Amino acid sequence: MEGGKVMEPFTLQKGIVAPMDRANVDTDLIIPKQFLKSIKRTGFGPNLFDTLRYMDEGQPGMDNSNRPLNSDFALNQKRYQGASILVARENFGCGSSREHAPWALLGYGIRVIIAPSFADIFFNNCFKNGMLPIVQPEQMVAALFAEMYAAPGYTLEVDLESQQIRKPSGEIVTFKVDAFRKHCLLNGLDDIGLTLEKKDAILAYEAQRRQVTPWLFS
Amino acid sequence: MARKTLYDKLWEAHLVEKQPDGTSLIYIDRHLLHEVTSPQAFEGLRLQGRGPWNPEANLATPDHNVPTSFAERSSGIDGIQDPISRLQVQTLDENCRLFNIREFGMDDERQGIVHVMGPEQGVTLPGMTIVCGDSHTSTHGALGALAQGIGTSEVEHVLATQCLLQKKMKNMLIKVEGKLGPGVTAKDLVLYIIGHIGTAGGTGYTIEFGGSTIRSLSMEGRMTVCNMAIEAGARAGLVAVDEKTLAYVENKPFAPKGAMWEQAKAYWQQLVSDDDAEFDKVIAIDAAVIEPQVSWGTSPEMVTGVTGTVPDPEKAQTETQAEGITNALNYMGLKADQKMIDIKLDRVFIGSCTNSRIEDLRAAAEVVKGHRVATTIKQAMVVPGSGLVKKQAEQEGLDTVFKEAGFEWREPGCSMCLAMNEDKLGKGEHCASTSNRNFEGRQGFGGRTHLVSPIMAASAAIAGHFVDIRTWKGEK
Ligand code: SF4
Repeated sequence: MEGGKVMEPFTLQKGIVAPMDRANVDTDLIIPKQFLKSIKRTGFGPNLFDTLRYMDEGQPGMDNSNRPLNSDFALNQKRYQGASILVARENFGCGSSREHAPWALLGYGIRVIIAPSFADIFFNNCFKNGMLPIVQPEQMVAALFAEMYAAPGYTLEVDLESQQIRKPSGEIVTFKVDAFRKHCLLNGLDDIGLTLEKKDAILAYEAQRRQVTPWLFS
Repeated sequence: MARKTLYDKLWEAHLVEKQPDGTSLIYIDRHLLHEVTSPQAFEGLRLQGRGPWNPEANLATPDHNVPTSFAERSSGIDGIQDPISRLQVQTLDENCRLFNIREFGMDDERQGIVHVMGPEQGVTLPGMTIVCGDSHTSTHGALGALAQGIGTSEVEHVLATQCLLQKKMKNMLIKVEGKLGPGVTAKDLVLYIIGHIGTAGGTGYTIEFGGSTIRSLSMEGRMTVCNMAIEAGARAGLVAVDEKTLAYVENKPFAPKGAMWEQAKAYWQQLVSDDDAEFDKVIAIDAAVIEPQVSWGTSPEMVTGVTGTVPDPEKAQTETQAEGITNALNYMGLKADQKMIDIKLDRVFIGSCTNSRIEDLRAAAEVVKGHRVATTIKQAMVVPGSGLVKKQAEQEGLDTVFKEAGFEWREPGCSMCLAMNEDKLGKGEHCASTSNRNFEGRQGFGGRTHLVSPIMAASAAIAGHFVDIRTWKGEK
């Protein structure tokens, strides 16, 4: 379904954890602007964190397999290959509203992001794509970084139903999520369809607004 | 009854339905579209066999990707050299045609940066809810509208349902009192505020900007302030409606006229926070202490007064902060304690949805008049925010002032604000820019952005480095 909206239900995610160890990661860093020229929703994964990941300047349509990699960048290290959970620092996803940012993360294989805080629009965009951003206290995130650095192949199990993060040690950490968002994620629901079920309420609202603010409808 | 903030009032007036967990259906009056964040939304509609709820609530214009050189612009879309950019602009045209959405296309003189075009046309009005797949939609809050940036899935949602699903934000008031000094502009004020509260300071809030300083700003100045609310983390910024708002809106092409105008005006006049309305957070700012600002780092909060210096990571309060400063200095090629006025510049960009309105260009031209761009500057460009701003500026002879000084005078668009078209920085180049983001690579791969006001950018172009506009006498 190229270009279409793929909203896979999210129930349980068990996977390798990778670090994005810097604060204020902005959406330009997640996916640089030259890739925003695409008119599709897919294909952004190879250019996730493009300027950090590669040594050269990426362009749309390039063969990424030949590009020189930045070996210092965590995601290029062997131990983090196949990661589906990203642990990040505060204010992750700040900057533009580009949904290309979650698309790039998703395209790379990331379904869960854990950070002390997220920028509002990015946070919201994640849910719309079947991804789960989890806010955890600073200390908790620091512990995750430390444990992941100490143990190659570190994995976590994130269970949305019970709202639990299960660590390899057996430790369980709970997290919060909006009831409505949880419901949509668990069932892979398209929220446009849900809103359209409220058609009568929207029409009633419009009828009332036509009285109060007629200039908006003329 | 509890006193209400302006945000409370706008929210309540647009509430269609509220679920038990607080998730609410909010009605959207105006939806603006551009070429970059809309194609996938239209594609989604097509795949689901859906159409726009109300085509007339939408207005589109291409801005991010359009070339700004006259040569490329003179032959319309076909003139766009980059085939991928061309396809994106064509796709917007096609989608608008197919879904019956009004568009100010590339060769329409009303085309421009979506956040300049909206207020200019009266397409965005006080009291509206306004969304656009662009974070700087916060700009329109200057008119007393609830305006927010949304992602592409939400663009599709708004197209299909005329509604947005969200929870109510908290209320923040940033109260600015006192007089801004000479040479200190709305841009300096908002940069100072972001330096003060940080790029995440407004996360989860709608920020209302109030106080005597805000009231004394022009509408353009208020738009500059609200434009950068998102840089403080707030999805929406607001300024209460007053006489200036009404005077600005009156007679705009899409504004109500006659009896409808009177009715609208009466409604809009209530769009202020009640006295003693309760805010979750209030921040007081003293305008008198603000200097012209210059950003030194890779986040808009990394900013200081022009008489200041680049910070020393060793003096940072936390380790994360120290690391942030070190990374930024490495990227920016700056040293701790270096004076801001010693930073040598390669390029100057006057434009973007923050500072490309007629008032900005007038102020910059005033500074530039009779001077020459320093020979060490590779390029200084002025990119008007819309075709109509460009026309107005040309009628006033501002283009001649800029061109005689050695500036390039360009066609309207986002241009070097995000460098999606040909206008970009080279690796390692320093740029004085009137835009809103100094992120790594924002204005070009390896480019180094310093955010400033239009008059600070203009004087820096002449001097070749930053100068304190308050004391600068100019150099011929
Ligand atoms: S001028 Fe810059 S910030 Fe404004 S809409 Fe265009 S790209 Fe975004």
